[in-house]
Amino acid sequence: MKRVLILGAGTAGTIMANRLNRKLGRKEWTITIVDQHPKHYYQPGFLFIPFEMYTAADVTRNKTDFLPKNVEYVQEGIDVIEPNHNRVKLQNGKSIEYHILIIATGTNIVPGEVEGLLDSGWGENAFDFYTVEGSVALAKRLKDWKGGKMVVHIAEMPIKCPVAPLEFTFLADWYFSKKGIRDDVEIKYVTPLSGAFTKPRASGVLNHLLENKQVNLVPDFNIMHVDGTAKKLVSFDEKEVDYDILVSIPTNMGDSVIERSGMGDELNFVPTHKHTLQSKAHENIFVLGDATDLPSSKAGSVAHFEAEILTGNVLYFIQNKPLKEDFDGHANCFIESGFGKGFLIDFNYDVEPVEGRFPLPIIGPMSLLKESRMNHFGKLAFKWIYWNVLLRGWPIPMITAQMTELGKKL
Amino acid sequence: MATKNIAGVDVNVNEEGYLTDHSQWNREIGEAIAKEEGIELTGQHWKVLEFLQNEVKTNGALPTIRRLTKSGVVDTKTLYQLFPDGPMKKASKIAGLEKPASCV
Repeated sequence: MKRVLILGAGTAGTIMANRLNRKLGRKEWTITIVDQHPKHYYQPGFLFIPFEMYTAADVTRNKTDFLPKNVEYVQEGIDVIEPNHNRVKLQNGKSIEYHILIIATGTNIVPGEVEGLLDSGWGENAFDFYTVEGSVALAKRLKDWKGGKMVVHIAEMPIKCPVAPLEFTFLADWYFSKKGIRDDVEIKYVTPLSGAFTKPRASGVLNHLLENKQVNLVPDFNIMHVDGTAKKLVSFDEKEVDYDILVSIPTNMGDSVIERSGMGDELNFVPTHKHTLQSKAHENIFVLGDATDLPSSKAGSVAHFEAEILTGNVLYFIQNKPLKEDFDGHANCFIESGFGKGFLIDFNYDVEPVEGRFPLPIIGPMSLLKESRMNHFGKLAFKWIYWNVLLRGWPIPMITAQMTELGKKL
Repeated sequence: MATKNIAGVDVNVNEEGYLTDHSQWNREIGEAIAKEEGIELTGQHWKVLEFLQNEVKTNGALPTIRRLTKSGVVDTKTLYQLFPDGPMKKASKIAGLEKPASCV
């Protein structure tokens, strides 16, 4: 028997296990997936927890509920990848050998990379919302908060789900308005980018929206340290921003196993061919989802689109055929904008988010780069789609892995 | 694409003033762009600029700030003193390289 070994049973790894299970000849191939954590989180839902829209239970399931029965699941930490021996050592001392390795170990926030962030006030007046623990702690803090200065701060790029900090800000505006304390809350959005988002046309629209919601944008802010005692952020060029509550999006890094294995860049992301998803260093290693160093968004939709293309490439690799250079960087993201409305953006490596209709030209029903109620319902419906369609590795009707230009105002 | 006369040479630049053809760059052009940006180049500046140029030559891409500071060429605080308000944007412009793409 030959083995495909998948590292990580998050969004990317789970989708891939389901897809390969349907495509690989099982007389010849074993599929094994390794992950240290038993729980699967619906990560887009973390955003709603601080505002009491979801609870932790709403976003938590067991990983095994989404893995096919005839995929071997190993719940164990990964010690090191040994690509020259086609072998992965686990933390329990055992080793697993592979013919093909798929790295889907994701990205984590690393608050310790931001000087001072963990020193004073972490969990009291400084929080993250990229972990279930962080979101729950923030929900508790916001519940009785009477107002003051809230700062939403991005430490450095790239981050997982680059629109999430904006969504958080829009929802905060809505949440405090609903509570009748919006006038007592000053919201600042502090970012190392020159505007609200990475892509110019979307950034323009979103900058404007921040302004409408009376959020102060502080661009080009490169954090030197957080002073938790004085409750302020200090930049390298000595700008300062005060806060009462800091909502931090800390440095994102790939898993530490990538560093231990000597396979990553300076942020532990694995150098990956941007169109085939093959690792640059080893031809029988492929990389999927947030673990790559690709200039695409780190988002579930991207992992979903990549998985479709990678399934084909794994089969081509097995058959000794050339890989297809089909991945175009396609991302599709809802942006919750508060008050029951939302945006939708659809883009790839080359085409930035623009206005239009989605998924069908003219008909929609969703609007691109425009605020609408339908987009908000799309976002809420997505939770069901995530658990029942996306994780199972099924295509989402009418949405293709490669971006379509139909219906877009280019 | 536009051309611009910098330090007596006609070079191709994009709408933000970044050289589009690195082979047209020389040190005088670097000095002149730096002056436009309000920066007087010192030996320390040049170390950073040469590091960026070497990285692009060997890897085909600009390094991140993290990679630059990890290399030991300069620490982050000094980098911001050398090139205030967006060091990579300014340094790559002066070095005749493309503007750093902000990640998505």
